[in-house]
Amino acid sequence: MGRRIDKKRSVILGYSYSSPMGIWLSIFFVVPLSIIVAYSFMKKGLYGGVINEFSIKAYKDIFNPNFLSTVWRTLWISVLSTAICILISIPCSYAMARSKRQTLLLALVIIPFWTNSLIRIYAWINFLSTEGFFNNLLMSLGIISEPLSLIYNHFSVILVLIYMYLPFAILPIFTVIDKFDFSLLDAARDLGATKFMSFIKVMIPNIKSGITTALVFTFIPMFGAYEVPLLVGGMDSAMVGNIIVDQVQKTRNWPLAASFSVILTIVSMIGVIWVMRTSRNEVKMKKDNKIAEETFKKEAKV
Amino acid sequence: MVDVSLVSTPKKGVSVTVANVTRVYGGSFKALDDVSMKIEKGEFFSLLGPSGCGKTTLLRIIAGFDSPDSGDVFFDDKSILSLPPEKRSSNTVFQTYALFPHLTAYENIAFPLRLKKLDEKTVDERVMKYVRLVQLDEHMHKKPNMLSGGQKQRVAIARALINEPSVLLLDEPLSALDAKLRQNLLVELDEIHDKVGVTFIYVTHDQSEALSVSDRIAIINHGKVLQIGTPYEIYEAPATEFVARFIGETNIYDCTVLSCEQYGDEYMCLVDVPALDTKVWVTDWDPQDVGAELKFTIRPEKIQIVLSDEKVAHMDHLNVFKGIVDEPVYSGFQSKFYVKLANGETVKVFKQHSTFLDDGPEIEWKDSVSIAWRAVDGYLVKEKD
Repeated sequence: MGRRIDKKRSVILGYSYSSPMGIWLSIFFVVPLSIIVAYSFMKKGLYGGVINEFSIKAYKDIFNPNFLSTVWRTLWISVLSTAICILISIPCSYAMARSKRQTLLLALVIIPFWTNSLIRIYAWINFLSTEGFFNNLLMSLGIISEPLSLIYNHFSVILVLIYMYLPFAILPIFTVIDKFDFSLLDAARDLGATKFMSFIKVMIPNIKSGITTALVFTFIPMFGAYEVPLLVGGMDSAMVGNIIVDQVQKTRNWPLAASFSVILTIVSMIGVIWVMRTSRNEVKMKKDNKIAEETFKKEAKV
Repeated sequence: MVDVSLVSTPKKGVSVTVANVTRVYGGSFKALDDVSMKIEKGEFFSLLGPSGCGKTTLLRIIAGFDSPDSGDVFFDDKSILSLPPEKRSSNTVFQTYALFPHLTAYENIAFPLRLKKLDEKTVDERVMKYVRLVQLDEHMHKKPNMLSGGQKQRVAIARALINEPSVLLLDEPLSALDAKLRQNLLVELDEIHDKVGVTFIYVTHDQSEALSVSDRIAIINHGKVLQIGTPYEIYEAPATEFVARFIGETNIYDCTVLSCEQYGDEYMCLVDVPALDTKVWVTDWDPQDVGAELKFTIRPEKIQIVLSDEKVAHMDHLNVFKGIVDEPVYSGFQSKFYVKLANGETVKVFKQHSTFLDDGPEIEWKDSVSIAWRAVDGYLVKEKD
């Protein structure tokens, strides 16, 4: 009896302990999100704002070919940049995990975070522009005679996106590789696998959770990127984030901006759910560990 | 225990020759220093030494994870140094098992076969053969984190054997297990060796493991091979002071050879032992030069101990001392006595307990005792390693 009361009390206590978090999330996450969803189903006001009438026009407007091509561009740029980020991160993290100067390398990855992202983007503009450092260097070395157009195109958007979000890919992958038992690779080689096969068959499956996290951590912010295409992109490199800002500030079609935001949120949520599933499997594995420990103890007793 | 009939015709493995292998780390630390040995076909051979002695380095060189700075390694008469690990006909049982955590026990064992892209039926037949060999039928669909230490060990052994290697390398495979389980697995390992019949190279720092299963043992310290021999030879005739101290327990003293003469198959020497304030008769397998500075060693269990009013059986070349029991330690099947001699030197004596009636009067703390040993039970070893 006493136990049941305790259990009930601990549930109440649990809720009360987590209430600050609940309140915080409600105010700063649930309420704004609800407003956006609500706006996306309303009619647009003449000079911005919304009219309190139900409409799905905003969602129909998304299918405007101009917008669709931007959505498509956003998608392929994000997918490509994410893929390149991951491909760079795996060898980087591997080297970091095996290095003796791990702390230093980790610091080098993290330190750029301390600088404002706008400043870092302007640094890239300086670096890539026609009169910029890179072109000047190549010209003075006599490798090229005319400046290369390195900026205000898809190339520069992808390059800077990769630069901005690389740490988000490196950190989770580094964490799993750091915990990875490298003797497994020896074992795979010993059992007949080539270097490449042992990487594919043993390393990748065991660092999968880190790769998934990295995928989501880089893809989601890239998909919603705004300042990078705005500052280093060309006329035709606008992404969904830029549409939203334009719809709020210039065209003043708030429901359309809201509907795009809802789409972005849904895409992000799919990603988050995917990560949660992978990590839930890991929690399950930890539980399994506990069970195994108990069976082992029993066995030891026998 | 192990159903050995399930494994097909035994293969005989290969002989492994290690020729003058030297491995230097960081420019100066010699992990292996001119190591040579020949391991016979089908032999259960142990590399024994304290941690950091170089035994694991040697195993990794044989497996292909490390390469020597000089020297060569042969399987039969072919050098294998140029082959990557996956091309060598050796397989390894790792100290931490190194089971693939994302695969079940079954898939771990099947891993080498899957790499060869064998068809499902062949894979299943062969995996099941080894699953039964190591008695894992019940647990084969569990992931490694659901298995106990002993079960993981069995998976690791089955996985290493399924490629039918000619040499099985075992890197301290039992060190993570508790003592009882270790004993059982050791016996099973020996049975598996008898049936599979391939060359086993077993790395351990546990002398009792090595003594109980090996055909021959190499004692390694500071990257050098100190002695290679059967467990009997190593225990009864240690080559150096280090070997004598490392294997079992012993009393060891500086001595000077006073005389040495042929005595049957062996040599009977009279040596002066300053620590005991006396001369001691001792036999050795090799003749020793008069005046040589050596170490004299006598195993505690070879010393007879009686209360001093009892008579010690008299015979030739018997060394007898009187002393006082400083510290009796009862440990079940035997008692250990630390006997203090008149000059203050302490001698370790182990007395094996027999039946109650045959055991003689109990020897207690502060009792005056006589201790005695025959010349043939002592041994002379080289001073320096």
